[in-house]
Amino acid sequence: MARALDSIHASKVMTTQWVLFIIVSVWIVMATLGVVFSHQIIRAAVNLLFGLIGISLLYFLLGAEYLGAAQLIIYVGGTMVLVVFGIMLTSQDGLSQPRPKWLEWAFGLFIAISIFGMIVYASINAIHRPIADQTNSLPGITPLGQSFLGVQDADSQESNHRHYLFPFEIVSVHLLVVLVGAAYLARSKRSRKNTPKVDPDV
Amino acid sequence: MGTTVDRKTRCDLIALFQQYFPAWIATILAALTSAGVLVTFIALSALFFIWLERKVAARIQDRLGPTRVGGRFGWLQTLADGIKLLTKEDTIPTQADRFLFTLAPIIAFCSAFAAFIVLPFSPYLVGFSLSTGAFFILAVLSSEVFGVILAGYASASKWSLFGAIREAAQVVSYEVPRALCVLIPIMLAGSLDLTKIAQQQSGGMWNWFIFHDPFTYIAFFIFFICATASCKRAPFDLAEAESELVAGFHTEYSGLRWSFFFMAEYGSMFAVSAIAVILFLGGWHSGVLPSDTEVLFGPIIGSLINMFVYIVMKCWLLIFVMMWLRWSLPRLRIDQVMMTCLQYFLPISAVLLLGATTWQLFAPIWMRVWVPYLLFAATILGVMTLIGMLARRPTLTLAGELPGVWLGRSTPFMRAKS
Repeated sequence: MARALDSIHASKVMTTQWVLFIIVSVWIVMATLGVVFSHQIIRAAVNLLFGLIGISLLYFLLGAEYLGAAQLIIYVGGTMVLVVFGIMLTSQDGLSQPRPKWLEWAFGLFIAISIFGMIVYASINAIHRPIADQTNSLPGITPLGQSFLGVQDADSQESNHRHYLFPFEIVSVHLLVVLVGAAYLARSKRSRKNTPKVDPDV
Repeated sequence: MGTTVDRKTRCDLIALFQQYFPAWIATILAALTSAGVLVTFIALSALFFIWLERKVAARIQDRLGPTRVGGRFGWLQTLADGIKLLTKEDTIPTQADRFLFTLAPIIAFCSAFAAFIVLPFSPYLVGFSLSTGAFFILAVLSSEVFGVILAGYASASKWSLFGAIREAAQVVSYEVPRALCVLIPIMLAGSLDLTKIAQQQSGGMWNWFIFHDPFTYIAFFIFFICATASCKRAPFDLAEAESELVAGFHTEYSGLRWSFFFMAEYGSMFAVSAIAVILFLGGWHSGVLPSDTEVLFGPIIGSLINMFVYIVMKCWLLIFVMMWLRWSLPRLRIDQVMMTCLQYFLPISAVLLLGATTWQLFAPIWMRVWVPYLLFAATILGVMTLIGMLARRPTLTLAGELPGVWLGRSTPFMRAKS
């Protein structure tokens, strides 16, 4: 019995992975089509949200847990909140339907077709295809963190063990600069005495 | 719920169902079973918390609270409320965006529910054990704000919109110090796996991460306040400030949809309390027993004891503190809420992270040994003092006399009479 199950697993005909992959892919495609075809901008944003959630589900399905959670926290919890926030604050009429001109159509079509072509080209010619690995060989995020910090793993003496300390430091300093800049901007507005006080109602 | 201690001794539900069904049916059945157990758990604890909230509020305000439905303590009051909610008319404003309006409560509940997937109730009782569990929980809890924003936007009501805007600003800001405080125990444990973090705090209570050093001790309180704010509980409930915004983002909701928001709120209260318990308060370790309950009572009974006695009791204690705060403190103004976060909590939590790192690297060994005992003893002393103060009889004043510092003087009314 167990051997028969293993053979089903190996042949990849009807595994759970496959079924779930189909479901998630259909979800992502539907949501993305929704982004394109919805007339209201808030509907498009919500569809984009669902598309991004679907992509993070895809990462979880492939066993990349950290990437999936990062996708959730950055895009869903951060970026999309800001997008919806921006729409709420800027749109005069929430149900307005923008009517694009033909030049905008042409420009959008050009960008869309070129990106689509690039993705198709890359995925056809890919050398390392992502293979779902449900066995326990996934290393987790410890090696990633160690190579970020330039710590050499005592066990693995591989020659191509890379260190990412320098890019990691650059990104950290960049983020620090952004944080300090944001704090500075927020502070200079407040310290001016002539500006009217912030309305506490909103 | 599936069980994963480590991947070798895995004897989870999928394996159980695989003895009777093909692999893919077994996976789906296992997933449905875990999800069903978790949804039932969230719903039942929401029922209990709503009753508890009423009782706590009543006691703090010198009332009795519900007393009639279901016997002496009004146990079944929430059930009666639930039946009332089910029979209510389900209204949607004509100006509202119907699709988003119906979607919003579901999003709010789903993200609160998703946090429970990776929450370990014992080393054997995890919905799905992720190696990055702590990060995943933070990620899904941060998407709960979406339900609120969409509800506020789709309702086509200015009260709802104001509530949603406040909520968005508040939650996005409080996420940062909350994440920094979560980072401290993760750094001490050297793992993002919630099970591993909890397993490192076995033994006496002084082994809990809250007593590890002075920085984690403060970090626990900062985390708890930020968690209260991110659950939009008073004194941070600006999103539904009923004295100014009617009911904030759920003004236009009624019936079952409205109750979804409440299930989400109580679910995320339990989730953040469970994170606090696992990261700081020893997880499923009693802190008193000489060894783990799984060792003493076997894996099945030990897991149940872990879940119901330790995790759930500690979480209830933290939720009780949240209720206590809600009914004791006045609501802050929105600019005060933002200032508290950005000007105080953000720098404090950054300093705490740096301090904990420094402690980890440079603290001499005698300090590492003695500071946990010291902090533990101080905490016990503080709690005992608090209980002693609470247990003292209230000072009663005679009729016609003033209380407190005016003790012995008669009230103006009595003076006028005499």
